[in-house]
Amino acid sequence: MKFDTVIIGGGLSGLTCGIRLMEQGRKCAIVSSGQSAIHFFSGSFDLLSRVNGQEVTNPLESIHSLPSEHPYQRVGQANIARLAEEAPQLLDRAGMVFAGTAKRNHFVLTPMGTMKPTWLTLDDFTSFAKNDKLPLSRATIVNLQGFLDFHTLFIKDGLTRYGVEVQVRNVAMAQFEAIRRNPSEMRSSNIAKVFDQGDALDQFAEKVNKLGKESDVIILPAVFGLFNTTVPAALKARINKPVVLLPAVPPSTPGIRCQIQLRQRFQELGGTHFLGDMVREGKFKGNRLRYVNTNNHGDIQLEADHFILASGSFYSKGIKAGPYGLFEPIFGLDVDGENEREKWFDKQVFNNQPYMHYGVRTDARFRPMINGQPVENLYAAGSVLAGSNPLKEGSGAGICLLTSLHVAEQILQDQDDEERYI
Amino acid sequence: MKKDTFEPYNISDNDFEQCVKCTICTVYCPVVLVNPDYPGPKQAGPDGERLRLKNPDYFDEEALKLCLNCKRCEVACPSGVKIGDVIQAARIKYGTKRPTLRDAIMANTDLVGTMASAFAPIVNTTVALKPVRQIMDKVLKIDHHRIFPKYSGEKFETWYRKHAAAKQDGFKKCVSYFHGCYVNYNFPQLGKDLIKIMNAAGYGVKLLEKEKCCGVALISNGLVKQAARQARHNVRALQKSIVENGHPVVSTSSTCTFTIRDEYPHLLGVNNEDVREQTELATRFLFRLIDGEKLQLVFKKNYSARVAYHTPCHMEKLGWSIYSTSLLQMIPGLELMQLDSQCCGIAGTYGFKKENYETAQGVGQPLFTQIEEADVDCIATDCETCKWQIEMSTTAKVKNPVAILADALDIEATQALWQQQ
Ligand SMILES: Cc1cc2nc3c(=O)[nH]c(=O)nc-3n(C[C@H](O)[C@H](O)[C@H](O)COP(=O)(O)OP(=O)(O)OC[C@H]3O[C@@H](n4cnc5c(N)ncnc54)[C@H](O)[C@@H]3O)c2cc1C
Ligand code: SF4
Ligand code: SF4
Repeated sequence: MKFDTVIIGGGLSGLTCGIRLMEQGRKCAIVSSGQSAIHFFSGSFDLLSRVNGQEVTNPLESIHSLPSEHPYQRVGQANIARLAEEAPQLLDRAGMVFAGTAKRNHFVLTPMGTMKPTWLTLDDFTSFAKNDKLPLSRATIVNLQGFLDFHTLFIKDGLTRYGVEVQVRNVAMAQFEAIRRNPSEMRSSNIAKVFDQGDALDQFAEKVNKLGKESDVIILPAVFGLFNTTVPAALKARINKPVVLLPAVPPSTPGIRCQIQLRQRFQELGGTHFLGDMVREGKFKGNRLRYVNTNNHGDIQLEADHFILASGSFYSKGIKAGPYGLFEPIFGLDVDGENEREKWFDKQVFNNQPYMHYGVRTDARFRPMINGQPVENLYAAGSVLAGSNPLKEGSGAGICLLTSLHVAEQILQDQDDEERYI
Repeated sequence: MKKDTFEPYNISDNDFEQCVKCTICTVYCPVVLVNPDYPGPKQAGPDGERLRLKNPDYFDEEALKLCLNCKRCEVACPSGVKIGDVIQAARIKYGTKRPTLRDAIMANTDLVGTMASAFAPIVNTTVALKPVRQIMDKVLKIDHHRIFPKYSGEKFETWYRKHAAAKQDGFKKCVSYFHGCYVNYNFPQLGKDLIKIMNAAGYGVKLLEKEKCCGVALISNGLVKQAARQARHNVRALQKSIVENGHPVVSTSSTCTFTIRDEYPHLLGVNNEDVREQTELATRFLFRLIDGEKLQLVFKKNYSARVAYHTPCHMEKLGWSIYSTSLLQMIPGLELMQLDSQCCGIAGTYGFKKENYETAQGVGQPLFTQIEEADVDCIATDCETCKWQIEMSTTAKVKNPVAILADALDIEATQALWQQQ
């Protein structure tokens, strides 16, 4: 089977690459061995929230203070500034509306009742311009009876510190009694499925409207709109106070919706999506990758002019750690990181953990290497890359979106060069 | 460092200990959506398995029976846990209830098919009669909404021996055809269509030595010993064709193919290593030839159709719908639309059972709605039970991609291409 580009991994990075390239008329296939980290999405994409422990105001400026091996430094500041404008437009074309700018972080309320700086926030959620004060004095937190994945007391404690007067209420609904029979299934995605259809949303809104009469806002868990994209707007229209949604314990309802919308956009553009399949190995000729083999396709190879490795970090097994060291499991690519186990961790769990920086080593054009030699037509994007600590920096989605757009540009350029050559 | 030095350690057959408890599988389980009595893949699968290993009393037969074995949870799981296999393996290992008469009848597609074919006109009219369906509903608990697929008077095997067998020796290259019960008893035309295409492509089509039902319904109805017996028999027949005679095996049913390739080793413990790779869907076999430029199909100039493809669950798991859709897309004049990949709810015999009727229809509803809204001439799908379910639940006509290909193929022109070589 022949494609222009085969992408390994169907998370935020793989899908971003795929959509960008398909928009430019390239024929792409994505192979993904399962669902991705977007299922744990908080509702906000971070670009750069902290450098050396200090909160960042203007991410574009603060990129300067990052080490030179950081993916942002290697994409280059001018490119980052340009691509950071493009990213929300790409998401918008896929049907997701995000608010925010790379020139100035805004703030969102966390499920701990604290404020967190971020770059782009999905329109389900509420963005705040400042983090020292909340524009409200009374809030009602409403939870669903029996839903244990939304920690109202943490939120209440946090908000009280901002001087907000908070009341917590529960709403019981007959629709959830069946799910509640099995306590472990009262999870956000199952609740969202109930709100996706029928009149549960109307009934819920009616009950909530009776509870929060004295409040400026109603705070609810983000369990609205899983397969039905219209639910969050419908909810806000039915509740007669401003609604602030807060993330519940994953899997995240808005995250799953985003994953589905990205995948649909890719497929609507004509992209081929192989879910539940795993790339096993590749066949090289000289420094070029000729094709890859997958579990499902067996002897039928996936050939392409270009390949993109977007297989994620440790969580998605893009990088693995074994008793004898670190490795990249598909091609055995060079990995940046220590091989001795003792050096992986800092015993203080909240410190900057060395292993978080580990990933695939790439050349200036983001091409991974084997024994120091770059593979000519293989590129790497997203959290599989070495050189950053997304957790400490608050840079996870930013690295994925921007390195993916950058890599897609490299490929488009590469192909243009080749065409000119011919 | 090179790969997988680490992998072999400490991994169970179904990778259940790889579960990170992320609950993603539950999001995509079609049963959880409509039947709250089902605990969901995570609970029924890896979580339950941990408990069952401690104490088999934790096995909950009634709950686990609700699993369709559609494997959509496995396709979604980021950690490679074979959740569907964990659940089915638990039913096999811990199940104590003997199958009911109804389950035994429905599971024995082979036996029932043989008897029904002999009396096809009587059986077809009888089981279609409303009072009979009411009795079947009351006594056997087969839902009265269900209409049984018609039995054909002449079995495919009989037709083959009379009209096709002799001609197949004239080909240098041969495949064997695993026709399955559906083609044999209900719809021999599909088998005839396959032979037409393969012969046009320069391949003779043989039958296996005494093919038996793949056993999928036996497995899901708890008749595991019989399923394993049939599996061993089939594997021997496949070995004879593939290893001894060098004839790869093709099928027109995604479920038969999936069962032979994956359920035999995973659930029945029947080793199929030496035949697995060469047992596949006919559309994949053809795609490989065309992709490798070893075959060209010529289609009729005046063919025109609007078709929507439905991805059966087992095709989703196999990851093979691309082969069927790519072949369909090669037909000039055929406009193909892809339906969202969703379960139709029937899952073999599951949806025929009275107690499952509502769940099955609830599961299939989003698909039925999409089909009714699609402006197409027919639905294409590789699974016969999906075909029944869609035809019972919508106004659409459903065809196997092989039937569509046979319809659109210009036999003489295709034949001429390889005969010239
Ligand atoms: C739990 C969690 C929560 C997060 N939340 C946020 C957040 O709220 N905001 C934020 O900004 N960032 C967040 N991040 C950071 C996160 O890294 C990025 O946001 C992003 O989702 C990672 O995308 P990715 O595409 O690079 O990798 P992944 O999403 O990990 O996707 C990689 C994909 O590759 C597939 N794959 C791997 N190997 C193979 C193979 N051999 N063959 C085929 N497929 C393969 C995997 O199955 C997976 O689907 C979070 C990260 C985690 C782990
Ligand atoms: S998706 Fe896989 S890892 Fe996640 S809970 Fe289900 S079985 Fe476990
Ligand atoms: S096999 Fe299908 S029905 Fe069974 S648990 Fe998995 S997704 Fe649900």
